[in-house]
Amino acid sequence: MVELLPGLRAVVDLSGVRKDVSMDLVSDAQLGDYVIIHVGYAIGKIDPEEAERTLALFAELSAEQGAA
Amino acid sequence: MKYIDEFRDGDRARHIGANIAAEVRPRRSYHFMEFCGGHTHAISRYGIAGMLPDSVRMIHGPGCPVCVLPIGRIDLAIRLAMERGVMLCTYGDTMRVPASDGLSLIKAKARGADVRMVYSAHDALKLAEQHPDREVVFLAIGFETTTPPTALVLRDARDRAVSNFSALCCHVLTPAAITHILESAEVRQLGTVPIDGFIGPAHVSIVIGSQPYEHFAEEYRKPVVIAGFEPLDVMQGILMLVRQVNAARAEVENEFSRAVTPEGNLAAQNLVSQVFELRESFEWRGLGDVPYSALKIRPAFAAWDAERKFDLQYASVPDHKQCECGAILRGVKRPTDCKLFGTVCTPESPMGSCMVSNEGACAAHYAYGRFRDIPVVTA
Repeated sequence: MVELLPGLRAVVDLSGVRKDVSMDLVSDAQLGDYVIIHVGYAIGKIDPEEAERTLALFAELSAEQGAA
Repeated sequence: MKYIDEFRDGDRARHIGANIAAEVRPRRSYHFMEFCGGHTHAISRYGIAGMLPDSVRMIHGPGCPVCVLPIGRIDLAIRLAMERGVMLCTYGDTMRVPASDGLSLIKAKARGADVRMVYSAHDALKLAEQHPDREVVFLAIGFETTTPPTALVLRDARDRAVSNFSALCCHVLTPAAITHILESAEVRQLGTVPIDGFIGPAHVSIVIGSQPYEHFAEEYRKPVVIAGFEPLDVMQGILMLVRQVNAARAEVENEFSRAVTPEGNLAAQNLVSQVFELRESFEWRGLGDVPYSALKIRPAFAAWDAERKFDLQYASVPDHKQCECGAILRGVKRPTDCKLFGTVCTPESPMGSCMVSNEGACAAHYAYGRFRDIPVVTA
């Protein structure tokens, strides 16, 4: 989210493509937050710590594979 | 883009694939249903099926909003546009869903009806405000993700007294459909497949949270893993399901914890319950009438409810006899089992709803999967 607009709207930046979306459903989002957009509405925020945790999970080796 | 690229990394995907291959038990098969069309699309687009051991089969579920919309609902919208002179607004995919008399909304538009494609519900309300002399109807479809935006525009229409705007509500509910697949006698008669676990939807779960799935994990002893829409999310979700099945666990696990919380988006849920209430029954393509599986607009918003405003009466219309969308939506048949697939029925000219949206099982297989069906021969 890169710019706040009046009326609970905001500009989001998708790899350089800027889009005007509604923040009505995620009114606590701050500038710089990553939000998930669905049909022109932000419906949720990305939790950076949880994202890191999931990436770490991908890298884990399963016990079976480790034993093999 | 951050939070996208790292969840599409090929090396990591092969790593998770190796974990899955190492953990599946010999002589046992794993049937998992990905409920949501977003996952169906991801599985086809990124070739995930090809990275899984033969014993793991993904069954496409009925979670493509365009696919489950029955002909009768589209007919109501077409008639509003052709006979009642309304400006009919809807999402792009919905315009191509085949309806009665060889029509679709886009064909109705070609015959002169005023049908407009909108990107969001907000755009439909804007059109109503720009055309105060016209009746503007928003054909509102989708699961729990598109429902809050519809609730918002209905609230705004009331607050701003936009009297020429209304919505034809076709919003449906994910948990009700999953329960129906698991327990309905009619669906069992129509035929279903054994399912060992579910990949739970990504965006729907952002809105409703992970709690609504606890019920069928417990009651039906089926594991559920909520997963994101990126390929690594889906792969990891499948690994987590394999682990639950191996350990005879049936729990709700959340792979998509970077966006999904147990309680979901409460602001969105509150708004939806202010504007909508449960519909006693709603017809789904492929599942038939499913009790309490959809929403209708509350009486307080009756003036913005197209069904009341135009006194619409729903009539059920059977699908084309040769079309296998119904069985495909229940996971019993695969797209290639349908005689029409890829010949009479293509994304350019869909006969059935599963070929319309890129989230549909047939369209996804047509776009990405059909080349796998052709044996490679050496010259």
